[in-house]
Amino acid sequence: MWALFRRDVVLAFRRRGDVVQPLVFFVLVVTLVPLAVGADVALLKSIGPGIIWVGALLASLLAQESLFRSDFEDGSLEQLLLSPYPLPLLVLAKIAAHWMVTSVPLIVVAPLLAVLLRLPSEGMSALVLTLVLGTPVLSLIGAIGVALTVGLQKGGVMLSLLILPLYVPVLIVATLAVDAALAGLPVSAQLYFLGALLVGALTLAPIAGAAALRISVG
Amino acid sequence: MCSLAASALACERDDRVLFRDLAFAVNAGEVLFVEGRNGSGKTTLLHILAGMRRPDEGDVLWCGRAVGRFDSEFRAQVAFVGHTNGVKSDLSAQENLRVARALSVPGVLHPDAALERVGLAGFEDVETRRLSAGQRRRVALARLLVVAAPLWILDEPFSSLDRHGTALMEETVAWHVREGGLAVVTAHHEADFRGAAVRRVVLS
Repeated sequence: MWALFRRDVVLAFRRRGDVVQPLVFFVLVVTLVPLAVGADVALLKSIGPGIIWVGALLASLLAQESLFRSDFEDGSLEQLLLSPYPLPLLVLAKIAAHWMVTSVPLIVVAPLLAVLLRLPSEGMSALVLTLVLGTPVLSLIGAIGVALTVGLQKGGVMLSLLILPLYVPVLIVATLAVDAALAGLPVSAQLYFLGALLVGALTLAPIAGAAALRISVG
Repeated sequence: MCSLAASALACERDDRVLFRDLAFAVNAGEVLFVEGRNGSGKTTLLHILAGMRRPDEGDVLWCGRAVGRFDSEFRAQVAFVGHTNGVKSDLSAQENLRVARALSVPGVLHPDAALERVGLAGFEDVETRRLSAGQRRRVALARLLVVAAPLWILDEPFSSLDRHGTALMEETVAWHVREGGLAVVTAHHEADFRGAAVRRVVLS
């Protein structure tokens, strides 16, 4: 719901650390790779899209932890469970706010980093489109994992193990799309697939996340 | 006005039986005072009454109907204050109350008036992380005043409160039940609810 969405965005702006950290991580990962593998342009062009996507995926994973953590610790999560509004809608509002604040900066910075990795312009729009379609899927799937592990002490490791297998299809399809664009082939199939994943996640993840929260908190 | 009842409630936690075959009722205008040592299951019982947790056996009845898992009508009529205050420390007291109203059924009192009532006039725009523990507890109390919930479930609401705060909390609960509400309260001291009808449940 709108009030919850706005609240979370305001909170993110007041605690900028949570927001900046994934972005810094993303930039670091992507800029360190050319330093490590050398400036061979052909090599960078071929692995560039993959590096950006892996960076975005890991940054997203890193950011997931903050979705419910602070609400759990100060008791706000209990209040959300007690709200008369449907919990899946509240969860969706939180995920939307979280995505906007953590992933949208990644999407904005990605083209700049792509230039750094010598990505040709043919691949640029595919890269951005896959990020726009794929990062919400990562946020939605990640939310289920976070909801399940929010009550645990060392939730982080468990979280990664739970979520990564579900992240992999997104990664594969996205990089296939960019590779296809670079080869001059149409990318609509891959984009439709990502779109389908997004629609599926939008409908199912909030419900699963709400159920997971009830288990973790109740 | 509705009443809250428990019938044959049982709950087990970590292989320990917290309570079994527990039954009681609270009517409008009454306070249910739940007593018991630390670890006797008071918090778990309150979570079950609020609908946050399912009992292993038995039912919680509101208005004579068993409260289901996804009972949004029931949740619209409950306000809960737990050990943690349920306030975001990066938001001001007023912002917290506005969000609380938006997430529940808004009551008659507006955030500013509620904050004045709990003695926090002048602190409306201060980020709650800068308030003392007792003041944050008062913000939690103010949250009860800005939503329209007849049933208050309060888990150790007096913790962190000084003498004035404790008296304020007792008076507010008494006021609430006099106006036709119900309250379920746990505490470690002998709370004086200013003449309100009090029923007791002792967990051992």
